[in-house]
Amino acid sequence: MRSTMAGHDPREAEFLGQEDFVQLVTPAGERIPSPGFDPWVADVTDEQLADLYEDLSVVRRIDTEATALQRQGELGLWPPLLGQEAAQIGSARALRSDDFVFTSYRENAVAYCRGVKITDLLRVWRGTSHGGWNPYDVGMAVPAVVIGAQTLHATGYALGCAKDGVDSVAVAYFGDGATSQGDVNEAMVFAATFKAPVVFFCQNNQWAISEPVTLQAQAHISERAPGFGIPSLRVDGNDVLAVMAATRVALDRARNGDGPTFIEAVTYRMGPHTTSDDPTRYRDRDELEEWAAKDPISRLGALLDSKGLLTDELTARVTARADEVARELRAGCLALTAPEPLTLFDNVYATPHRGLDRQRSQYAAYLAMFDGGAE
Amino acid sequence: MSVTTSQLTLAKAITSGLRHALADDNRVLLMGEDIGALGGVFRVTDGLQKEFGADRVMDMPLAESAIIGTAIGLAFCGFRPVVEIQFDGFIYPGFDQIVAQLAKLRYRTGGAVSMPITIRVPYGGGIGAVEHHSESPEAYFAHTAGLRVVTCSTPQEAHVLIRQAIACDDPVLFFEPKRRYWTKGEVTEEIADAIPLQSARVVRDGTDVTLVTYGPLVATALDAAAAAASDGVSIEVIDLRSLAPIDFPTVEASVRKTGRLVVSHEAQLSGGLGAEIAAGVTERCFNWLEAAPARVTGFDVPYPPGSLEEHFLPGLDRMLDAVDRVLGHPNSLTGWTE
Repeated sequence: MRSTMAGHDPREAEFLGQEDFVQLVTPAGERIPSPGFDPWVADVTDEQLADLYEDLSVVRRIDTEATALQRQGELGLWPPLLGQEAAQIGSARALRSDDFVFTSYRENAVAYCRGVKITDLLRVWRGTSHGGWNPYDVGMAVPAVVIGAQTLHATGYALGCAKDGVDSVAVAYFGDGATSQGDVNEAMVFAATFKAPVVFFCQNNQWAISEPVTLQAQAHISERAPGFGIPSLRVDGNDVLAVMAATRVALDRARNGDGPTFIEAVTYRMGPHTTSDDPTRYRDRDELEEWAAKDPISRLGALLDSKGLLTDELTARVTARADEVARELRAGCLALTAPEPLTLFDNVYATPHRGLDRQRSQYAAYLAMFDGGAE
Repeated sequence: MSVTTSQLTLAKAITSGLRHALADDNRVLLMGEDIGALGGVFRVTDGLQKEFGADRVMDMPLAESAIIGTAIGLAFCGFRPVVEIQFDGFIYPGFDQIVAQLAKLRYRTGGAVSMPITIRVPYGGGIGAVEHHSESPEAYFAHTAGLRVVTCSTPQEAHVLIRQAIACDDPVLFFEPKRRYWTKGEVTEEIADAIPLQSARVVRDGTDVTLVTYGPLVATALDAAAAAASDGVSIEVIDLRSLAPIDFPTVEASVRKTGRLVVSHEAQLSGGLGAEIAAGVTERCFNWLEAAPARVTGFDVPYPPGSLEEHFLPGLDRMLDAVDRVLGHPNSLTGWTE
């Protein structure tokens, strides 16, 4: 790991001397020791490992089912997270319910962990809403589409937590491409300056649509944060345990008033950017195969197997749960219909707005003509 | 109840409004560059950090997008940030956070999230400033659904409207006419609720021509009306105050009386608020209009160097020229063809 905790965190010495990134489980499923990070996941029981396996499998099923729904014309678009399950589950399962998450649009596994209803994940992509859920119900803002914009919201929210004297943490999820944006860099300036309890969680999935990460960064992305005065961690994003450990370290720093931490989770987007693009135009098969060998689910499955935990019973349980969620997703999707026309005008303003009220009234009168009022 | 009335400059009337807002609600925060020890480059926040602490009146790093963006996060967390943008021309780095994030969050969350953020922007020309320090960007924001845009022309209005803006649960762009910062007037603090946030004001009654304007040009329009009166022309002057939404009923009532409309603003002509007002009035009052509405605005050029700004800014004479146009009197366009 290129630990950049130096000078910022007393635990730094434990982190040094590791490889390129933090890894606790190899792609073959072998659990490898890490003096620095093992304590952060020492409490994870066999049962919880099995639960994580279920989480990973279920969100992959959500992803494939939603992709199928898009192909069948039921969704306008879908941004697959295939391959990034561990980065999202490992980090999101480390959070408390009173933490608050600000994401981009690919964090459907994070939303799943936060308790967003399965059907609500689809509203944006079926075109019935720009959001889909009440952020305060689940501690997660609705996704931001403008790249990196949400990192500032997370920083501001974290400032608010600090002002209120609570130990809740804000987490900003973004991708490797976002690190080129001004907002992400400004967010790091502000977070460092005000010691905001925020975790910057970058999923480096190697591709920003068709642009490789080398077009965004000439050094590890995690190496940028220290320049802002923010310690950072680079972690194997396909290793759910390592991600959980790193996120817990960052959350702990934030809760203890030590300010922001930056995590680069090194992962890979196995599918297209969205269902609209064609990754065969910009990346080759060898790369895909290389990353397929690092798959987060088969890796945890191998670990479970080595511990004698990948039983038929577990496999059956996970399959049944995935099937159930997929059925719920499909039924929920098909049941989503366009809202009533005049809801178009709702929720633009909190207080009456003369111009908009007039437009609503006039359009209502226009629509009324079709209810037998007009010849 | 004792009534507190004092002579204040427009700048100090805003300071007083901010002080009230900070005192009334501990969720109100001021955020901006140099607003603490310095009191802002125009001293509008003078003394407030000392009074309320650096935790409430926060000096921010120099990054407009981040100032707006973190204010959004604070609003998510239940605070009511009041942001100062140092100069009009510096708002553009924060544009995305304002129009793509702030304006839309209520809509995007189905009404679950409120964004009670006020963004104060010193705007307009007339102080001989250098580039990027004298712009009138109000139309960009008036064009954006989800935002309210407000300006002021007198100390009393400035005081009341800033308090109204901060109390409003919607995001408000509050444009402060910087060349009127030093205009003095009587301010009564107890009438904080007296001016609804979306109301225009008839500043001077008249019968021949309606002259609609706002912010820095209200004083100029009143001078023009006084000059016209000596020539026997009666101009009704309307101060819009709210640029989004526009109080059309007030404008409409005036035009139905006078039959003639002149609109004036400092901002560039094309796509400006003058076009919106002329179109809105034409739709509503076509049968009452005796002449085509006229616009008196800045030209479609970048804001010019200080030594040329008197040509760029609508002055009393250009307003009166437009009044002649709608009255059918000889004017600068008489005989002019494209």
